[in-house]
Amino acid sequence: MDIQALAADVPVEGEYSLEGIDFITSGEQYLTFMLNDEQYGIDILCVEEIRSWEVPTKIPNSPDDVCGVINMRGIIVPIIDLRKKFNIGEAVYSETTVVVVLTHEYEGVSRTIGFVVDAVSDVLDADESEIKKSPAFGGCVPQHCINGIVNVGDTVVTLLDVTSLQQLEPHYKR
Amino acid sequence: MTKILVVDDSNSIRDMVSFTLKSAGYETVEAKDGAEGLSTARSNSFDLVISDVNMPNMDGITLCGELRKLDDFKFTPILMLTTESSGDMKLKGKAAGATGWLVKPFNPEKLLATIKRVIR
Amino acid sequence: MSVDLSQFIPSFLEESFEGLELMESSLLNLEQGDDETINSIFRAAHSIKGGAGTFGFEHVTEFTHLVETLLDEMRDGRREITQNDVELLLKSVDCMRLLIEAIRDEQECDRTEIDETAKLLTIALNQTASVDVDNNETGSGTTNQQVTQNTLWDITFIPEHHLVQTGNDPLLLFNALADLGPITVEANCKDLPPITDIDPTELYISWHLTLDSAASEEDIREVFEWVEDECQLIISQPVKDQQDSQQPEEIVIDKQGGDFTSVSSASDSSEQVLASAVADNASSTLESTTTTKSQKQPSKTKADVGSIRVGVDKVDSLINLVGELVITQSMLSELGNDFDLSKIERLTSGLEQLLQNTKELQESVMRIRMLPISFAFNRFPRLVHDLSNKMNKEIELVLKGEQTELDKTVMEQIGDPLTHLVRNAVDHGIETAEQRLASGKPAKGVITLDAYHQGGSIVIEISDDGSGINRQAVFDKAVEKGVVDKNTVLNDNQVFDLIFEPGFSTAKEISDISGRGVGMDVVKKNIQSLGGRIQVESEPGKGSTFKVNLPLTLAILDGQLVRVGSETYIIPLITIVESLQAKPEHINRVSGDMLLYRLREDNVPIIPVCKLFNIDAEHQRVEDALLVVVESDGQKVGLMVDDLLAQQQVVIKSLQDNYQQVEGISGATILGDGSVAMILDIPGMITMAMNNASQSQQKYGDIAKNLEGVMS
Repeated sequence: MDIQALAADVPVEGEYSLEGIDFITSGEQYLTFMLNDEQYGIDILCVEEIRSWEVPTKIPNSPDDVCGVINMRGIIVPIIDLRKKFNIGEAVYSETTVVVVLTHEYEGVSRTIGFVVDAVSDVLDADESEIKKSPAFGGCVPQHCINGIVNVGDTVVTLLDVTSLQQLEPHYKR
Repeated sequence: MTKILVVDDSNSIRDMVSFTLKSAGYETVEAKDGAEGLSTARSNSFDLVISDVNMPNMDGITLCGELRKLDDFKFTPILMLTTESSGDMKLKGKAAGATGWLVKPFNPEKLLATIKRVIR
Repeated sequence: MSVDLSQFIPSFLEESFEGLELMESSLLNLEQGDDETINSIFRAAHSIKGGAGTFGFEHVTEFTHLVETLLDEMRDGRREITQNDVELLLKSVDCMRLLIEAIRDEQECDRTEIDETAKLLTIALNQTASVDVDNNETGSGTTNQQVTQNTLWDITFIPEHHLVQTGNDPLLLFNALADLGPITVEANCKDLPPITDIDPTELYISWHLTLDSAASEEDIREVFEWVEDECQLIISQPVKDQQDSQQPEEIVIDKQGGDFTSVSSASDSSEQVLASAVADNASSTLESTTTTKSQKQPSKTKADVGSIRVGVDKVDSLINLVGELVITQSMLSELGNDFDLSKIERLTSGLEQLLQNTKELQESVMRIRMLPISFAFNRFPRLVHDLSNKMNKEIELVLKGEQTELDKTVMEQIGDPLTHLVRNAVDHGIETAEQRLASGKPAKGVITLDAYHQGGSIVIEISDDGSGINRQAVFDKAVEKGVVDKNTVLNDNQVFDLIFEPGFSTAKEISDISGRGVGMDVVKKNIQSLGGRIQVESEPGKGSTFKVNLPLTLAILDGQLVRVGSETYIIPLITIVESLQAKPEHINRVSGDMLLYRLREDNVPIIPVCKLFNIDAEHQRVEDALLVVVESDGQKVGLMVDDLLAQQQVVIKSLQDNYQQVEGISGATILGDGSVAMILDIPGMITMAMNNASQSQQKYGDIAKNLEGVMS
């Protein structure tokens, strides 16, 4: 490989054009994804990456929703199945099953955890005024995990709280 | 570019002197004691030497005397960096051929102002 | 121009702590008293004072100045080195450490002890008549008399012929003078010899200069500061300004004097004002920079990060290795450009080279984290010195193998356990001089610290030539505490191991030396948490030896890969006693579901990994599976696995970073295929198995009791 030729291909500073990319949005952005046929949203700034499903290494005696750990560029990342955690739908692993890896800092500790969802759908712009309180009527998702709900057309997107999602359940005491 | 040899056994002093000199546009080479300073001086030429007095292996006074024996350092300014401002120490330095002395605590502005007396 | 030096404060602090350590250890060796030792102590104090002065840490400068003065007297032979002085200096080192720690932690420190020590130092200094604490030292800075009007100065400069041989150049001096104001220069060549007699290294010219400047005499003299001994310098004011018209005020600098102590008192005081103003300035800029720093990050994390000073040779070897790696990489990628099977040989050798490079690189990187054990040892001479004084015992501390290298993290965590062991040796090991003499031993006891490498681990031995461990006393105490049954038959080592049991202490009275509520059990626990182990050997009347075995590093581990069902686990190689195919005739079923394997004399409990971890395994019966016999804490167990795979070095990754601690698992690693494998925590697994057993005890009565009997 000719280094010179390679170097010529590397754009120099200022060559990148930002035209056409809408960086300025009025509100927060959320990554929305599917659990069964329901839509959920997560603060897009926490999203580290979206990965396709791979079978993780099991952690002995872990809770049911903890699938195991994977190697993400040298970091050991635990994988939690949100469908099992919230008891929504069936935890099947197909080609569209994806893992949304979230990095979030809480009380000075940054954690990276992957969550298994059925599919990612879109990026949602939501102004704070559009976010409504979620009615406390039971449901599968614990209330403390929900930041609010947003109406998108006919459907409702439930916005999840990353801090609560990342709270880990202790292992079984045998 | 004006090239200065900085000799001091204290890392932080050496770093600071070097940093100060570099920030004023001088080039510096560091040595951690007189012995290292001397061997560096043997293979390089310098426009100025700034050396601590109290050092292990070879002290600054000895270094100064040794440097003066080298052809390349006959006229090179050599400044002693020391807290010992007693006349005694100055005389010893002078006898060994030191050009002058800089008194610690080390003050960057003072250092830059005074070395102008010996280098262009 | 202003140069901000605050970025050098951390390195100053680090260096100061090193200097203090050197002072301390040298002071402890000073008892023989030699010039080089006292010189090195002086140099260390001197550097600390110099650095502190630069940053405006006045407390440190003032205090260290006293210490330095005392050391200077010793160095010059003006002062006898007495034990009292050494103790005082040791105390001073503690005070300096307090002061510097206060700077590091950005806190005020308790001044009482420091002030007291400073007082003692001053008293000690006043005892010798020749002492004069010359505060002028900082004084030769810019002196600035309040001259507001410009004066026309008349300067005559007659250098000695050899002036240029000291590196001075009159032209540069005149340039510096010109910075003060406009000058005129007139050269006088009357001394110039005939050209045939000229020596080019000599200077034959003298000068007459005028300077129109607001500068004071001091300012002018300062320019000539470095040449005043090699010239005749006459500085005079024009006659019209003279008050005393008898003769022009001339200052001929005495060739020998050359000191500023003759400066008038007025200028002296202004000097001091200026000096302190400079210092104030320095400290206030310092404060502002440090506050912004602490706003940026919480101070807690700051202390944890730490730094390693790495020898240039280590960095160079890394760079070399990276260079080789790059060469191998480019060779391989070139090979890949148009690869065909004929080149397979080159590919294999290239890959081999890559393997070699990677291995060497890994070793080199690990070497960066390795520090000589002297970092942990060097606190002990002082400790033993102080403790033996306190206990009225005569003890000599011998350090061996101080250059043995150990991982920095292990080093940091082994300090406390070692301190405890050394304290223990002083307190319980070595007898008083009378007792020793009575039993025919020299009055002076010896404690030896030794470190050496053994295989993949480091061994640290703490031995004393004291009375040894009283076997009967230990046993009685253990019986009294209910640790063992009085009918139990134990060999010597088993008895000695009892001292590591929780809540065990053989000292009749709790002394403030080793009986600090921290027992040997904590020492053992700390060592185990580092993946190490501790053993004790003792002979009555001859002394005891504690042997601490530690892994060289916490980052890499030699592991045995095993398979259970579809999972791969890693067993630390250091824990493995042997691996075997279970022979049916050696398997015994006891107490219902408990399995024991007869390994020569031992009955080894079998732990089926699949059951413990709740996973599927290929083989459910012991007879079909493989047993990996591991040992932890003197306890052997047989781990039941499906298959033995390769042995390899693995890099330990934390599970806790993104997850949490998992019982029976010490960490994870990434295998060659990119998948994750769990590293087994053998002591943790044994505890798990024990707990499981004691739970079934509630179901099956005293099965577990029998089990424990078998296990211990």
